[in-house]
Amino acid sequence: MADSNKPTVLKGGRIVDPARNVDAVGDLIIIDGRIAATEIGGNESYPGTFETIDCRGAVVAPGLVDMRVFVGEPGFEHRETLASASQAAAAGGITTIVTMPDTEPPIDEPALVDFVHRRARDTAIVNVHPMAALTKGLAGVEMAELGLLREAGAVAFTDGRHTVTNASVMRRILTYAQSVDGLIVHHTEDPDLARAGVMNEGETATRLGLGGVPREAEIIVVERDLRLVALTGGRYHAAQISCADSAAAIAAAKGRGLGVTAGVSINHLTLNENDIGAYRTFFKMSPPLRSEDDRMAMVAALADGTIDVVVSSHDPQDVETKRHPFAEAADGAIGLETLLPAILRLVHSGDIELSTAIRALSTRPAEILGIEAGTLRTGARADVVVFAPDTPWILDETKMRSRAKNTPFEGARFQGRVLRTMVAGQTRYTYSDT
Amino acid sequence: MSAESSKQAAIYSHRHLLGIERLTPEEIVTLLDLADEAVGVSRQVEKKKAVLRGRTQINLFFEASTRTQSSFEIAGKRLGADVMNMSVASSSVKKGETLIDTAATLNAMHPDLLVVRHHAAGAVALLARKTECSVVNAGDGAHEHPTQALLDALTIRRNLGRIEGLTVAICGDILHSRVARSNILLLSALNARVRVVAPPTLLPVGIENMVPEVFTSMKEGLKDADVVMMLRLQRERMSGSFIPSVREYFRYYGLDQEKLDYAKPGALVMHPGPMNRGVEIDPAIADGPQSVINEQVEMGVAVRMAVLEALAAHLPNR
Repeated sequence: MADSNKPTVLKGGRIVDPARNVDAVGDLIIIDGRIAATEIGGNESYPGTFETIDCRGAVVAPGLVDMRVFVGEPGFEHRETLASASQAAAAGGITTIVTMPDTEPPIDEPALVDFVHRRARDTAIVNVHPMAALTKGLAGVEMAELGLLREAGAVAFTDGRHTVTNASVMRRILTYAQSVDGLIVHHTEDPDLARAGVMNEGETATRLGLGGVPREAEIIVVERDLRLVALTGGRYHAAQISCADSAAAIAAAKGRGLGVTAGVSINHLTLNENDIGAYRTFFKMSPPLRSEDDRMAMVAALADGTIDVVVSSHDPQDVETKRHPFAEAADGAIGLETLLPAILRLVHSGDIELSTAIRALSTRPAEILGIEAGTLRTGARADVVVFAPDTPWILDETKMRSRAKNTPFEGARFQGRVLRTMVAGQTRYTYSDT
Repeated sequence: MSAESSKQAAIYSHRHLLGIERLTPEEIVTLLDLADEAVGVSRQVEKKKAVLRGRTQINLFFEASTRTQSSFEIAGKRLGADVMNMSVASSSVKKGETLIDTAATLNAMHPDLLVVRHHAAGAVALLARKTECSVVNAGDGAHEHPTQALLDALTIRRNLGRIEGLTVAICGDILHSRVARSNILLLSALNARVRVVAPPTLLPVGIENMVPEVFTSMKEGLKDADVVMMLRLQRERMSGSFIPSVREYFRYYGLDQEKLDYAKPGALVMHPGPMNRGVEIDPAIADGPQSVINEQVEMGVAVRMAVLEALAAHLPNR
């Protein structure tokens, strides 16, 4: 085990650090929990007091930052605690998780932000940054105490799974949040248009006899929000988009110079509505899995930089909420442990570069949130993931660290596995065969 | 007859009947032929057969349905099964039990046949995966209602002598209708020309890929139809306002003499029941000479006997 008191060398790995445009074989030196140097070439030798970890054949990258993680603490600890989520994150190469306020009670007041920070400090093995509510009770009516929440350590504001339908409320939030340098992160799905639906609207839904959610449920909210951003000048991030027209709207807004960014979930990059098959509830989510054309549009938008961030949208659900007929089952899928292996599918297929994947999983989320993470630059905190990019393996959901097992990748074949996860120079996870 | 029918049953090779979707045209015809025989049995004084003697059939209805449930009950009893009716709408579901818990409970009672109606699409298939008995779908949400489609086809075949080449107009609330979906699949498989006619708000997205002709006008949709199949306007299912009013619906989509006259002379009028007289159908048409609505009920028992008999051939002999 590497420990922070002993200088450590991650030797001979392929160092991918998009923040510095580095992608080269070399050594990464960690001293006192921080990056001390990057030696490209890797022919250096080090004193015996250094612990040397052989990383030949592996990729060494900044630890991943997952901007959308639902945790059951407080309120639904049987589904996931900060401790279990952090274990799952570490196993997935994620060194920073950003938690959603959809808890019971919801994180809509400063004392609750403080609670998450304290619980994370005491029980979690990765960095935890809570997002706080946009509106009181996530009800979309009254603005939450954005200033006090920010002061208590909320990294950004979101109503989690909920959409603020009232344009006037959204306008005031976007305006007011600028006074506290608040980033607004929004789930963009019009609940009225989506209400009758449980999967993507179209022929597949019709054949299954399931109500459909039209793409317009998302696009209308995205376009409305972008208008409000233009009006107010606020900082805005679409939490996870799922269809081509949303990406086009984001691209156009960026072209106009608006302070806008967007995310996509790993599910919408790697799965489509046909995966639902015979009513498999682990594939039920919001926004719903779309068509293959939409999935390809999301991959293209990631490749061309329209989409900034990829999230797991980790959402633990248990048998009580998932063992139901499709229409009655809860939305959501876990994803912390499969985020990196799943995006590597797109790298192996040639759809995106490895550096694009790391940028969207680490560099960009850290920049957007303004947190210390996302780079291996000298002096940075040593949050590092080491992974074997080509190793084939099959997911055994019974061995997952998440308390909930609702993965859409049950029994899936992956190529690429996390070998080591370090947080501030401390090893928090190592892969072993046993 | 019984040797012949067991040979026919062997053509139907499934353990369950979950929908029309996976059936071949041969399997559908086999079930219709078996049902034709069952009509004869039902019209005798001695109606009992013994193919299900010693077997237990549970009718599990999460949604109330007097017509379908009693039809399955009579069918099971005429084949000699012990039939039990369970109405779940009011019991365990309210106590928070999941469908899979219910399946495990039932499974422990070792039924041979489970007839299930549920308000959610896919729920019957879910139960079938979690139990060891043969499962019949008696309607799951807006997905399928296979025995209704079979009894409709049997009614058409007995009245018009064939299915192939007929023009069948299915009219009304297509969006919420499992009857429409199963009928589209079955009638298309047997090479009928299927049309749907509905107000635009009651047409599901993508329906044009499932039927060759989609109409929003009864005048156009009923033109030259051999069969006019009306659907119940499922007011209780509507989560929003799909139509402005019942009277406007009747004015444009209710089957009255004027609209029926667009169809072929003597076209069959069908309705799966229960009817809303004066909403989707004029009482004079429902009870008129072209209506085969009561015959559909009789065929319902025969078709369910045929289905149970076909499944019986594959029940394990413990």
